[in-house]
Amino acid sequence: MWQNRNATTTMTMMIDKLANYLGYDFVQNALIAGTLAAMLGAIVGYFVIIRNAGFAAHALSHIGFAGAAGAAVLGLTSLEGMLLLTVGSGLFMGAAGDKVHRNDLAIGMVLSMSLGLGTLFLSLYSSFAGQAKAILFGNIFGVSSGQITQMIVLSLLSLAGLAIFSRRLLFASTQPRLAEARGLCLPGLSMAFMTVLAVSVTLASQIVGILLVFTLIIAPAGIALRICRSFCRGILLSVVLGVVAVWIGILLDCGTGYPATFWITALFFILYIGVEAYCRFFTKSDR
Amino acid sequence: MPAALQISDLSISLGGHEILSHVNAIIDEGEFIGIFGPNGAGKTTLVRAIIGTLPPTRGKIEVLGMAPGQAGRQIGYMPQGHGGFDSTALSARSLVEAACHGDRWGIPWTSKASRLEVDRVLEVTEADRFAARPFSVLSGGERQRVMLAQALLGQPRILVLDEPLASLDPKNQALLIECVARVKRLTHTTILFVAHDMNPLLRVMDRVLYLAGGGAVLGKLDDVVTSASLSKLYGFEIEVVRVENRVFVISAEGNVAESECDHHHDHDD
Repeated sequence: MWQNRNATTTMTMMIDKLANYLGYDFVQNALIAGTLAAMLGAIVGYFVIIRNAGFAAHALSHIGFAGAAGAAVLGLTSLEGMLLLTVGSGLFMGAAGDKVHRNDLAIGMVLSMSLGLGTLFLSLYSSFAGQAKAILFGNIFGVSSGQITQMIVLSLLSLAGLAIFSRRLLFASTQPRLAEARGLCLPGLSMAFMTVLAVSVTLASQIVGILLVFTLIIAPAGIALRICRSFCRGILLSVVLGVVAVWIGILLDCGTGYPATFWITALFFILYIGVEAYCRFFTKSDR
Repeated sequence: MPAALQISDLSISLGGHEILSHVNAIIDEGEFIGIFGPNGAGKTTLVRAIIGTLPPTRGKIEVLGMAPGQAGRQIGYMPQGHGGFDSTALSARSLVEAACHGDRWGIPWTSKASRLEVDRVLEVTEADRFAARPFSVLSGGERQRVMLAQALLGQPRILVLDEPLASLDPKNQALLIECVARVKRLTHTTILFVAHDMNPLLRVMDRVLYLAGGGAVLGKLDDVVTSASLSKLYGFEIEVVRVENRVFVISAEGNVAESECDHHHDHDD
């Protein structure tokens, strides 16, 4: 009896504590920003995996680092700097076509050059050093109301874009040669997609940082693709996983003081292990 | 009525190298044409020109009286190979659904009409039994039947199949050919069937388009696949050997120019 009452009291205290946190602006902002980034990342990530463009997505986030660092030089915010450079590079990668965005060497070279540039800016403008950690590892509670507005606008634009061309994108991603024969413009679709990818990479990096963008772009979509056999369900599950993981991560951060980024990555990792195990041991009959 | 396919003096160069030169052919609606030739003879190049993704360097192609690429849904196309999706649970059916009206704008929502159309093509190729399973777990033969179903979306009048038999065992080859022959019989569809080995197709095809040395000859098997005709086409001596209703094309030096056990994927020809 005593133990039970103790447990109840602890639960009540934790809920009180969380409710208390939810009253703070910075926590609310974190939840809104996290939801936007997770939602967009989960949808875009689905196409990233189908298109085998994981490395390109990874590279875009690192290119964003140079953009964020360069923004300090030009007097822009890091979000604006990242956006400019990632969208520019995304358009270039899309226009250059499949041969480039699946070219590991070319992407690797651009990736290391970007990090090199970021390092240069970092050494030139020491005031940026404080921001660098936030950009690399994310600072979910540092999102301002102004940034929230920017993020809402960007997410809505990206989602609107996807709503227009996602059907064609899906066809071109699953059956490129057939789509080409049907008259679809593959480079055009690729450029449109890379632009949306650049935006979602930039948004995700605001939450989990550049180094961990994959957490929001690849993890939920990858797990959903391992489970769901249809596109609509897969994208839906991907969004649910992404958003719920970000919420849990933020709340656990509030409760424990350990960074949300860690919790989000840990959640996805555990989920991934579980799904892999499930696929190995329980779907044998399908093979 | 225009011919299903009219190729006039077609030449195609890629990277300064002439792959096809001065090819002529007229194919009527409802014909089953086998397209053969050694690796690098330009079979895939010709296919790409017919579906309109590769413009001719010289000459002209007309598909149902239209320029290639204008025929759109009237051409069903089954590309060579089928990669990817290995780490996904995406079902075969969902891939076919993505291809059904995949050229429309909007979100990838499958309408009731599309679902019925997908049901229909999966039934035609008898892929409906396994279409709900992940594409990644299907066998090579099952995958090819799904891809064939996909090519049948929208009831095309011409079906272009680029090496659908590659890497299939004889039993699955026969199954696929039976499917294609049934489609031709029921809907009077023109079939352009690219293959490496002609033997599995001997009983179903009407005429042969043989590509070699940049040129092409079109005609009945007995007129085209002869030592004299192919030697002229290749530009060196070729021997055609028939053994118990099977045909083998052999170069005079004894190298087998084409045989059943020689299934190379010529992706880059």
